[in-house]
Amino acid sequence: MAQHRVAPAPPREGLRAPVGRRKFLGYLIAAPTLVVAAELTRQEIFGGPSASAAPILSAPQPPEAYDLLDFIRDAMRPTANLIRIEVNRDGTVSFALPRSDNGQGIITSTQMIIAEEMGLDVDQVRVTLADARPELLFNQITGGSSTTFSTYTPIRVAAALAQMRLLDAAAQLLQQDVRTLTSRKGLILDPLGNSLPFGDLAGPAASAVTEQVEVALKPREDFTVIGKPQGKTDARDIVTGRKQFVNDLKIPDALPTVVCRAPDLNGTPDDVENLDEVRKMPGVTDVEIISTGVAVRAKTFGQAIDGVRALEVAWNRGTVAGEDDASILKKLKAAELPLAVPAGVVDTVEGAFTFYFKSNSSLEPNSAIADVRSDGAEIWGPMKNPVTAQNAIAKILDLPQNAVTVHVIQGGGSFGRKLFFDAALEAAQASKAMGKPVKLMWTRADDSRQGRVHPMCTSRVRATVTNDSVLSFEQRHTSVSTDFTHGLGDAITATAAKAPLGNLGFSETIFELTQASPYNYGVSTRVLNEVDMRFNTSSMRNVYSPDVTTAREVVTDQLANKMGRDAYEFRREFARSDRIRGVLDAVAKQGRWGRSMKPGTAQGLGVHHEYKGVTAALVEIDCRPETVNRRIREAVTGPRVTRVTFAIDAGLVINPKGLEAQMMGGINDAIALILSSSLHLVDGHFVEASWDNYFYTRQWNTPPELDIVIVESDHDEPGGAGEAGVAATCGAIANAYARAVGKVPTYFPINHLDPFPFEPKPLVPPVPESPTDGLRYTY
Amino acid sequence: MPSRTLSLNGEKVTVEAEDDVRLLWVIRDLLGVTGPKYGCGINVCKACTSHINGKAFNPCSVPLSAVKESDEITTIEGLADGEKLHPMQEAWIDQDVPQCGFCQPGQIMAAVAKVRQCRKEGREVDDAAIEEIRNICRCGTYNRIREAIKAGAENM
Repeated sequence: MAQHRVAPAPPREGLRAPVGRRKFLGYLIAAPTLVVAAELTRQEIFGGPSASAAPILSAPQPPEAYDLLDFIRDAMRPTANLIRIEVNRDGTVSFALPRSDNGQGIITSTQMIIAEEMGLDVDQVRVTLADARPELLFNQITGGSSTTFSTYTPIRVAAALAQMRLLDAAAQLLQQDVRTLTSRKGLILDPLGNSLPFGDLAGPAASAVTEQVEVALKPREDFTVIGKPQGKTDARDIVTGRKQFVNDLKIPDALPTVVCRAPDLNGTPDDVENLDEVRKMPGVTDVEIISTGVAVRAKTFGQAIDGVRALEVAWNRGTVAGEDDASILKKLKAAELPLAVPAGVVDTVEGAFTFYFKSNSSLEPNSAIADVRSDGAEIWGPMKNPVTAQNAIAKILDLPQNAVTVHVIQGGGSFGRKLFFDAALEAAQASKAMGKPVKLMWTRADDSRQGRVHPMCTSRVRATVTNDSVLSFEQRHTSVSTDFTHGLGDAITATAAKAPLGNLGFSETIFELTQASPYNYGVSTRVLNEVDMRFNTSSMRNVYSPDVTTAREVVTDQLANKMGRDAYEFRREFARSDRIRGVLDAVAKQGRWGRSMKPGTAQGLGVHHEYKGVTAALVEIDCRPETVNRRIREAVTGPRVTRVTFAIDAGLVINPKGLEAQMMGGINDAIALILSSSLHLVDGHFVEASWDNYFYTRQWNTPPELDIVIVESDHDEPGGAGEAGVAATCGAIANAYARAVGKVPTYFPINHLDPFPFEPKPLVPPVPESPTDGLRYTY
Repeated sequence: MPSRTLSLNGEKVTVEAEDDVRLLWVIRDLLGVTGPKYGCGINVCKACTSHINGKAFNPCSVPLSAVKESDEITTIEGLADGEKLHPMQEAWIDQDVPQCGFCQPGQIMAAVAKVRQCRKEGREVDDAAIEEIRNICRCGTYNRIREAIKAGAENM
């Protein structure tokens, strides 16, 4: 078929000249159909404002896997690090997003951003998740609530260029002045009523050469898609069971595989007594020792679990053998850095808080598929950090990085857990050892006991005050180290983080860049000290902020008390910006701050500033005995958060429905963090092995009344959403609780030191047997 | 290995498996029907909630041998009437409930069964009834789930 191509675009003049609007550089890519691109790297690293959530650190170390030759190769491909939008001949527009969606709705919001620039309906845009692309360097990590902030402009640049190119092609074919054409729902229309579908224009608009083109973006006042509530575009697939997670994929011969793990945290296998017997069990195909345990592959997961339960393994001790909560807390206290202002010299308000270990286990347990061959490997998994994963997997398989293909699959929740790829590493090892593809899944007990955790930490605060002002506010945060060795999404920074002291540098940088105080508290310092104790840690939704904010907000209430001020008025006065006052006012009004509350119930406030946005929460809690002691089988009931009013100024909002959803999730997380959910370390292992041990918020804990207010913002750029709901709510719940019971808690969650309301599951075998009496509980 | 016939989503299917394999794995690993999810394997998280003869149950905790050929097993895949969604599924979309979606098949199957149970017992589908549902949503979509159940119940 003949290819019609349009002439190069004429210089922009007259009406279409982007006068007074910032111009951006996009790329036309030589291809048989219209392919446009924009630079993700430069936008973010050298051009745009530095993101609080995506700190740019010192120069990367010489890499091991992605080396100079790779770099030169990619440097010689000037368009290698671009993100591309393609207009297909069937009229659809497609884009592979170099991020990981685990439910936060970034596929939907990305569809919206492209639809906006191109005059399409949201469902006319196809967004998939890109495989690992090492040439993107820093630009393939999903974390720090940075996705929309970092991809918003580049995606718009590419989409706007595609639109410009389609209009130009249509102008030539329709013999019309391009200024008279409009674009709607995948059609370019002229004033006479003629129209051409994108599909017919995809070829003619294609470029024979790759070249840079200047483009202006649609002005905000013309937006019709961005800012309008949009339901998740995969909702129908989800409610019909069609959405596929990694364990739902049908990869040929990738049979269910489960690892038998040690009773100790990070214990390793020494010897197996009965390998051959287990290999003969029904359904079992392979049993092999890997670095973290003994992998059993079988026809069904049930039979793999039976194999795991039957294994008799001699184990080496784990990394924290013999330790418990108290011994770790003692080490943390010993590592606390001194406060600068001495106690007792001036008038001070102090607080000292302990935050126990928490699990960031998602409902989809750690899972991955691996098909390892002698000359290459293919990996499937929900990875927020596929480039680092690709590098690490190549290393353990002794393969070149480019021989490992990493497919990013949508995940069933992350909450930080999927920054790492523990299941993918094991799947690669198991597949190599067995010489067969494997579908490897952690059991719930493993995911909870051996999976990554939010580290235990302490926060000490000392503020010095006069009658009407706060002179200084010091916060010393001391934590079991948080593992940031995933780096910023590429092998280079991950290698830097693994260098001596590298991780502490990362931690401190991230701490410093995320922990801005929302208040004018005079000389205000926040210092982090981390102690490496060989736990499996990782960022958990909102990383340091839930703990740091809780400590700060509880002390803020005490400061208000000391000055005899109302907690809301006090915060208003000391707030560092009008944006903060805006969200505070919103919750105070909507949530009726100061309304009369019954004894045993109370309101509480919290404020936070992060991810280019500000948040406030007003919480009501019920701590009356009839509520606290209500009985639900195998559950923690306790104090009930009865109402949450939450306000966010998130800057430019792409999808208000999606933003509200993220806030709702963060609020329910906060309820668990402050009131009910924690891991207990006993004799070198975590006790909790079930969702009826680890008390994440359930229907009976969730607030019956919930209002989320999105405050109008004149900020032009979108802030972060994924984690923004947690911290302010944590602070508000802690303050409401303190007021209701008349006592300020010194540790969180508040039930941590209560007796276990459950019988701990055995450690050997590491996974409990599935019950057989399920039909007794039908309803 | 015994061969068994099951009634799954309105179809008779035959499967070869040992008697003690839990139904969840028969459905997922042998029959390739993956709507019901594994979240715990011990009847706690309820992510695998499906229906047996119209009532909610958790196939992770039912051995294959406990199910008769005459038992009608319905997973989320069998809830809609062809392309016409069940009112509860419609409500779920209207309220934009799902985030990651992993627990949602189980949530919807639990919601449908809870509404039917309430109707049978002459109870309101209110907050108290909804709080009897144990299904975990780790994304924390509970508040929208509540709204969706109430809206879906009105059209059931």
